[in-house]
Amino acid sequence: MAPTPYLELKDICKDFSGVRALETANLSVAPGEIRCLVGENGSGKSTLIKIVAGVVHHDRGEIRIDGHSFSRLHPIDAIREGIQVIFQDFSLFPNLTVAENMAMNTLLAERRRLVTRRRIRDIAGEALSRLGVELDPEALVEDLPVASKQLVAIGRALLQNARLIIMDEPTAALTRPEVRRLLEIIRALKERNIATLFVSHKLDEVMDVSEQITVLRNGRVVADEPRAAFDAARLVFCMTGRRIAQARRSAVPERTDTPLLSLRHLSRKGSFRDVSFDLWPGEILGVTGLLGSGRTELALALFGMEPATEGEIRIEGREVSIRSIHDALRNGLGYVPEDRLTEGLFLSKSLADNAAAGTARDLAGRLGLLPPRAVLRFGEDWIRRLRIAAPSASVPVRNLSGGNQQRVVLARWIALSPKVLVLNGPTVGVDIGSKSEIHAILEDLAAKGMGILIMSDDIPEVLHNCNRILLMKRGRIVEEFDGAATDENELARKLAG
Amino acid sequence: MKTPLRFLRDENGLWRLLLVTAVIFATLSFLVPGRFLSVRNFASMSFQIPEIGLLSIAMMAAMISGGIDLSAVGIANLSGILASQFLLHYAPEGAGGTWAALVVAVSVGISLAAGAGCGLLNGLLVTRVGIPPILATLGTMQLFSGLAIVLTRGTALYGFPDAFLILGNGYLFSVPVPLVLFAVAVLLVGVLLRRTSFGFSLYLVGTNPTAARFAGLDNAAILVKTYMLSGVLCASAGLVMFARTNSAKADYGVSYTLQAILVAVLGGTNVAGGFGSMAGLVLAILSLQFLSSGFAMLRFSNFSKEFVWGALLLAVMALNVLGDRAARKMQGRKNGTAPQAGGETEELR
Repeated sequence: MAPTPYLELKDICKDFSGVRALETANLSVAPGEIRCLVGENGSGKSTLIKIVAGVVHHDRGEIRIDGHSFSRLHPIDAIREGIQVIFQDFSLFPNLTVAENMAMNTLLAERRRLVTRRRIRDIAGEALSRLGVELDPEALVEDLPVASKQLVAIGRALLQNARLIIMDEPTAALTRPEVRRLLEIIRALKERNIATLFVSHKLDEVMDVSEQITVLRNGRVVADEPRAAFDAARLVFCMTGRRIAQARRSAVPERTDTPLLSLRHLSRKGSFRDVSFDLWPGEILGVTGLLGSGRTELALALFGMEPATEGEIRIEGREVSIRSIHDALRNGLGYVPEDRLTEGLFLSKSLADNAAAGTARDLAGRLGLLPPRAVLRFGEDWIRRLRIAAPSASVPVRNLSGGNQQRVVLARWIALSPKVLVLNGPTVGVDIGSKSEIHAILEDLAAKGMGILIMSDDIPEVLHNCNRILLMKRGRIVEEFDGAATDENELARKLAG
Repeated sequence: MKTPLRFLRDENGLWRLLLVTAVIFATLSFLVPGRFLSVRNFASMSFQIPEIGLLSIAMMAAMISGGIDLSAVGIANLSGILASQFLLHYAPEGAGGTWAALVVAVSVGISLAAGAGCGLLNGLLVTRVGIPPILATLGTMQLFSGLAIVLTRGTALYGFPDAFLILGNGYLFSVPVPLVLFAVAVLLVGVLLRRTSFGFSLYLVGTNPTAARFAGLDNAAILVKTYMLSGVLCASAGLVMFARTNSAKADYGVSYTLQAILVAVLGGTNVAGGFGSMAGLVLAILSLQFLSSGFAMLRFSNFSKEFVWGALLLAVMALNVLGDRAARKMQGRKNGTAPQAGGETEELR
């Protein structure tokens, strides 16, 4: 069908420490093609793009770029052949300006000893015009929002005369309008015959932008077809190997006399204003809104980290003052933070240590004595209860997958048996299979009478799991939806609009 | 295959350190058998170990919390001098009987309380004011030392009652008292770190203070307690120092600060916080003491201690890095045992 592919990988195999990461994987990208590479965490996506970038060497198989065959591809070969990878961290220098970041590679390639401001400005100007975006070339990169940093990285790639740009999870930290602009840029690149390999596990974007889709599962390519051959259900099936029913939450809690948690006119200057709602026992309530809508700030206020300055919080009808984390814990509020890796986990510590972090004092016997064995037993107990996939409770939590890590954080909180559990982005970076299991855990907690508050911008997540959904914009709650009566399109429209 | 691999894969390097200590001991026993394996040598070593040992435990505690205590020696001197002044005032040299014993007991209390107070200041500077530990304790190091100099006008205090000198020179059932004190500290702090909820929380705060806050731990209280513990240990080191030499000086043992850091690091304490064990620390002290005593016997130079300690630290660090690398390779060849989850990203970093 297509002309000779620009990039062609044939039967690529790769092992790490005896674990097979890729098994006879094939991938081809035609000039100017927009291809999506999808798969769950651990499916081999990152390994595959690292092989294409020359950062990791394949064990067996063939790599052809633009007709040249490489038995061992080095990063410099990949760059020379026009392959540019934009990793999730963008690899930018935060302390340098936009122009300096863009010009860096070109200047190095020219092997100049002296650098002039003007030369840097000229190079950056060219990149910006190729991109067709407005950016202040003199701004420091660290001051830019994520989306603009990404543009800088793309601009730098274009300057290297890229013919294929690989983007690793490019939309992970973008708002919807920013995602839309990125997808437009990708289409514009196509016009100039620059191909894009878009690595993602966000299905709607994949369906939106791609021409061809390659699906990886457990290191194997399980599907490689034009976009038209897929619908969302089939894509999920390919990625997970099973059909995941997206049933709506059916259990509707009975409303007792007093709500578990009720907020009245809660405000914090610069963060959120006049927030009022009730959460009933056994209810799962969703709060959705874009980045910066105030949902994270609201969660932090409930947990006492950034206390509210006005308004009242009642727990089981009793007014409480939450000025510190200690207050929040004392009043039965728990919080699963947004960023699991930096806020949620002690990465180098064991699963058991991580799970017991909140309950150490209760586990300890007289004199505060806490034998390591007791912690380990506690960890093993939670491995069973939440079906965490781990060889033992003593493995460092760093070695677990995102879904299992999140279960460890959940275990820590469930062990404290809070009345209300606030979860900020409970399944960010968690693959689809684990996602539904984590949702099942939350369902179960609600069924036992806990109040669950999910802060999330993942529309299907709130839609399928929440009884009610509150929409936040610019620090206020602007609308309430009945989880059973609304649909994805309506929510998405209201969220973006 | 588990046992040999375990030696190489040992993350904190404890087994490697044990091997190094044993090799040093065996080598020196072979080279200078008559003198290294003598009662005299062991007696002399057991008087040298406790001072640096107590300071190293103090340093390790601060380092596990993610900080450091540069003021360790300053605390030892200041608290020791406060106790000495009290002691000399109420029970000068030659005083004996119950009165002297009582005064010594009170002076020990004064010293430990002063140590705790110094530690409290360090802890408050780090938590309330928010000064990074390395800078806060750099400042208090100068502050405490300066105060000690002002109190003594730069002169040495000497002439303590015998009841006090026991702390540095006496024997309890033919074991030197300083060594007994050190052993007690090892035991108590060891239990505190490994078998109490305080120790458990301390390791977590040291690993990731942000996650600790989100887990509901009271970081500030934990850090303040840790610096106070460190201060008390330093004060006890000061008591042993001054009792052993029968004199108190404001600038005694200044080089001990860096040596204590070296001991802690050699013992596997992570400079970034969250890791460190009492077993490693004891092994580190033993190996260093064996080496410096042995080298003195081999007549390299009386001043070879610094050189030898530095060389050992570098050698063990290099061994750790190379050992880890070898273990990873072996593991790769042997297939199968690596945890599969996260293998993809983990191994590539």
